[in-house]
Amino acid sequence: MSLFAAEQIAINFGGIKAVDGVSFAVEKGEVFTIIGPNGAGKTTIFNLMSRIYDTTEGRLMFEGQDITRVPPHKIAALGIARTFQNIELFENASLLQNLLLARHAHKKSNFWSELLFLPSVRRMEVEHREAVEKVIDFLDLQQYRDSLIVNLPYGVRKVTELARALCTEPKLLLLDEPSSGLNVEETEDMAFWIQDIKKLLGITVLMVEHDMTLVSAVSDRVLALNYGRPLAMGTPREVQSHPEVMRAYLGG
Amino acid sequence: MRFLFKTSYEQDLRLFRDRVDMGWYILLLLATIAVPFLLSDYSTGETAWVFIYGICGVSLMALVGYTGLVSLGHAAFLGIGAYAHAYFLGLGVPWVASVALAVVITAASGFVVGLPALRMTGIYLAIATLAFATIIQEVFSRWESVTHGFAGMPVAPPEIFGVSFADARPFYYLCLFFLVLALWLTRNLLRSPTGRAWIAIRDSEIAAQSMGVNLAIYKSMAFAYSAALMGLAGALFAHKIAYLAPDIFTILLSIQFLLLVIVGGLGSLHGAVFGAIFVALLPPVISILRDDIPDTFAGLSTSTGIPLFHIFGDALGAFLKKPGVEAGLFGLILVLVILLEPFGIYGRWVKIRVFFSTFPLYKADSFKRQKAYMKTERLR
Repeated sequence: MSLFAAEQIAINFGGIKAVDGVSFAVEKGEVFTIIGPNGAGKTTIFNLMSRIYDTTEGRLMFEGQDITRVPPHKIAALGIARTFQNIELFENASLLQNLLLARHAHKKSNFWSELLFLPSVRRMEVEHREAVEKVIDFLDLQQYRDSLIVNLPYGVRKVTELARALCTEPKLLLLDEPSSGLNVEETEDMAFWIQDIKKLLGITVLMVEHDMTLVSAVSDRVLALNYGRPLAMGTPREVQSHPEVMRAYLGG
Repeated sequence: MRFLFKTSYEQDLRLFRDRVDMGWYILLLLATIAVPFLLSDYSTGETAWVFIYGICGVSLMALVGYTGLVSLGHAAFLGIGAYAHAYFLGLGVPWVASVALAVVITAASGFVVGLPALRMTGIYLAIATLAFATIIQEVFSRWESVTHGFAGMPVAPPEIFGVSFADARPFYYLCLFFLVLALWLTRNLLRSPTGRAWIAIRDSEIAAQSMGVNLAIYKSMAFAYSAALMGLAGALFAHKIAYLAPDIFTILLSIQFLLLVIVGGLGSLHGAVFGAIFVALLPPVISILRDDIPDTFAGLSTSTGIPLFHIFGDALGAFLKKPGVEAGLFGLILVLVILLEPFGIYGRWVKIRVFFSTFPLYKADSFKRQKAYMKTERLR
């Protein structure tokens, strides 16, 4: 059984079919990439998966469970975490607070015990902190721990988003253009981290990406989309040389 | 220069950064306790306003400064708390139970007002809360069996377990106690998951939701908590003014609360207290100035022999006596604060502190930022 499966999903915005009958399955432990020209519906698929939009048709299956109508705030607890294409961090909070918030799905304390900050809350906070510190070590963010996000450069913010997603302890990680706005060196770092996430942490990655070097370096399988419809699926090499894909990108 | 070494995760969870910090706060508390012994009963009474406004400030800070939901209707919550407390006291309910009931009722009304907040943000929410406040004010004036309408409602003096707190000094300590309590409880929430969820909602709803925050629950919680604190402040407020009338709880009072948190500094509990000091003490300071200015300038004129001082002093004194000057000054100060110090009095305070703690290495550019406003300020 696949970890995640999209079955003939579709969504319309008015008359526009942003996603139109896309099916794919992500196997446990792989890096699966969705590519396509601008407006192909890649981010829309992510928004469908994190349940920000409702699918018009089709089903989303995660670990054999139908998540098509699960409310958006319950997705994280199931084990799906995501990053955003245009960084969506909590800007006026410290990096540490951003990462700790990602532990929200694992929160066990209730309002009243927090109001009095009972010892149980304190213990839980230390546990969350320990989990967060592991991610900080993994991504080398130690020096930025107490900085406010507004004061951090773009590249660090991008890594912080990745860190925040990892702090939820996901089974499936959705990366929306992890290399956009990064320089060559930072993109290389990102490629290593994605490989480490797959190998060391054993997290399955579903990624939307434009940078074909990064895509070929890390992806096991690639799905190409255009106008909300699937064009081709296979290894990075197969998809890149697929005539339909070449036509979509280069015209003709 | 002072460095802060962190050696355990516990350190970030403490109420105070270190022992030095704690020492300063204890000193501040002792000074606040000593104040009534140095002031007249009248001044002590005026200073108690700082604490009542402080609770209002903490309440609005939790909602506006931390959750990013703007409310123009907080005077209504204050009124609900005040009227409920006065009503229950009138029925002979013991003081503590009466306050508790007032807090529960305001929290419940806050929860109800919070429901539209699930769909609205920014200016639309401000208008919705404004409408709520107007309705509540109408209820205060029409529901005569409970509120006595425009005839007004006397409030029984505070008496807790047989001890009277009606005099200026005991009442001062009562208000101080509740402000410290409100600050402690709010600080507890802010250093635990609930507070983080509020901050997350303020900065990015979509990300908060994807990280597992149930927006509906946390927004209503913020409204209910904020209203509950307002209810507590309302109970003390009722004793302070001793006679409730519907025209006290107007939109102007709500705006004053909003001004309090903005001048104090959005997004900090210190700011709520700074703002309260500012808002509570500005009117008495203006009235003192108003009375003293002509005489001071007349004295200056006789000692220097320049008659211009005398004329200027009289004109300024007469101007300050005109109705509406106080509101005008409030507005002027608000505009100046937003222009010159968007992070409020607390922002200025932080700069001064950093100046001294890094002396002589302070650079003014340390606080220079890219133009970035909190989403609360942008009103989305």
